[in-house]
Amino acid sequence: MIEPFLLRALAAGIGLAIVAAPLGCFVVWNRMAYFGETVAQASLLGVAFGLMFKLDLTLSVMFVALIVAGLLILAGRQTAVPTDSILGLMHFGALASGVIATALVRGPSIDLMGYLFGDVFAVTGEDLFWVYGGGALALLAMAGLWSSLLRLAVHEELAAAEGVSRHRVRIGFTLVLALTIAIGMKIVGILLVIAFLIVPAVAARPFAETPERMVVLAALVGVMSTILGLALSTAIDAPGGPSVVLVMAVLAGLALAAPGVRRSP
Amino acid sequence: MPRQTHGHAEHHVHGPDCRHHHAQSPSNTTARADGHVHTASCSHGADAEPLAVDPTVLLCGRGLGLVRGGRPLLEAVDIDIRPREIVTLIGPNGAGKTTLVRLLLGLEVPDSGSVHRHADLVIGYAPQRFDIDGALPMTVARFLGLGLGVRPGSVLETLGEVGAAHVFGQQLRSLSGGELQRVVLARALLREPNLLVLDEPVRGVDYAGEAELYTLIGTLRNTRGLGVLLVSHDLHVVMASSDRVLCLNRHVCCSGVPETVAQHPEYVRLFGADAARAFAVYQHHHDHRHDLGGEPAPMPATPGLPDFAAVPVAAKETGR
Repeated sequence: MIEPFLLRALAAGIGLAIVAAPLGCFVVWNRMAYFGETVAQASLLGVAFGLMFKLDLTLSVMFVALIVAGLLILAGRQTAVPTDSILGLMHFGALASGVIATALVRGPSIDLMGYLFGDVFAVTGEDLFWVYGGGALALLAMAGLWSSLLRLAVHEELAAAEGVSRHRVRIGFTLVLALTIAIGMKIVGILLVIAFLIVPAVAARPFAETPERMVVLAALVGVMSTILGLALSTAIDAPGGPSVVLVMAVLAGLALAAPGVRRSP
Repeated sequence: MPRQTHGHAEHHVHGPDCRHHHAQSPSNTTARADGHVHTASCSHGADAEPLAVDPTVLLCGRGLGLVRGGRPLLEAVDIDIRPREIVTLIGPNGAGKTTLVRLLLGLEVPDSGSVHRHADLVIGYAPQRFDIDGALPMTVARFLGLGLGVRPGSVLETLGEVGAAHVFGQQLRSLSGGELQRVVLARALLREPNLLVLDEPVRGVDYAGEAELYTLIGTLRNTRGLGVLLVSHDLHVVMASSDRVLCLNRHVCCSGVPETVAQHPEYVRLFGADAARAFAVYQHHHDHRHDLGGEPAPMPATPGLPDFAAVPVAAKETGR
């Protein structure tokens, strides 16, 4: 007999893995891993704001993630400093202020580790509602944007010249990213949530001939990692989220080491 | 900063078929009735009126200017592309060729001047750089159908037309430079355009493949009745296959039929006397002229006179 908390953890992890798969593939195709990571870690500020003003944490995290993403896109337009350095600046600046802000919040002592690494075994029924309700919304948005996203991933200028609205896609993508971060925070924390996007997509790439196949494989890797990771976690009494991410990373490493994977000579 | 010496004020006259309707100036339309269609893009001297927009023109720019970081990238550029006409944009690196294309495509908004599109204009665009990221798995067939709503049959047919049917099922990533150029060209054609815009279509293609690609572009113009805007820094082969050449160095230095441009002092200054002499080797025999609608027509009985003379737009571009 599986304990209900374990069932909820499984359901949450599997839901997040499925929601993250299409978004994660797109992040990998567009070299946006660092962008996603920066937005995710900056959302610790959202946690602090939520606690400070007694707001719904999911909504305040989403809100801050959107603002940070908007700032990043604006800052990316300047040409004095490379974009990855700007990402680094925002990343550390936001993380530091997030830690300070959560420390300053009065009231019951804040479990900072819980927000940074999540607590998958503490997932509630309400959290599950967010994972599946918000997740369905995110998947619908991705499906609606899919053709445009692919065209932009192949060649941005060509897609724009053919009439794809970069602006609309960017806004849609950022909304989905913010929603996914807010969902994933409960499960694996803001430091690990981007792993759910990137690592399964990396594991899927060597075996995918089409973009859709890569998404399906990434989702499978995510689901499998959740099951194996939670099993590992209960077996050796290790933290849940990090165990799942560890299994993912091992699977991705094995996939890249598999024979037949394209390597530069 | 717009160049005042060219008399390019900020008002523009639009032909009746243009999308933005402004008041039409009678003086300009009568000026257009002299049959000298080709002169339209370069007949403005010091105090000339802005050029009228010919209603048959597929795509035209008038007085296009763009400034970035306080530095002018383009100044007062006029350009017309008519149906069934191959217009080639040449110029040294940094001359603003790709910038001009981006303005014409609407990817960037000009700081001065305007772009006019024919109401029925459909552009097939092949960009200059097409580096496929290895992270994205995508077959040629999938790429060609992506977002276009075309049948797999017509995809294969079009690939055959550009001589690349054999790559149908291959991954984009595995293609050679020449194959990729043909695939991108096939995608442009699948949009059923009436204007092809090809930015350096022979980039990464060997010399033999280059000549072959230009022949293909000429064939497509004839079979599909396309207007073509070509961008190139490669002079000889491309000039020989063009109807009209625009020599760009931030402004239009000179323009006209290839033979005339090759002898133009500005061209010689930009590319050297050797380039002008070498061009003679590659000249094609002009066995047709262009009628009012830009349609190729048989040569008149008295050949020898050029049907168009290159006029310098700005002979001096110094002391800025």
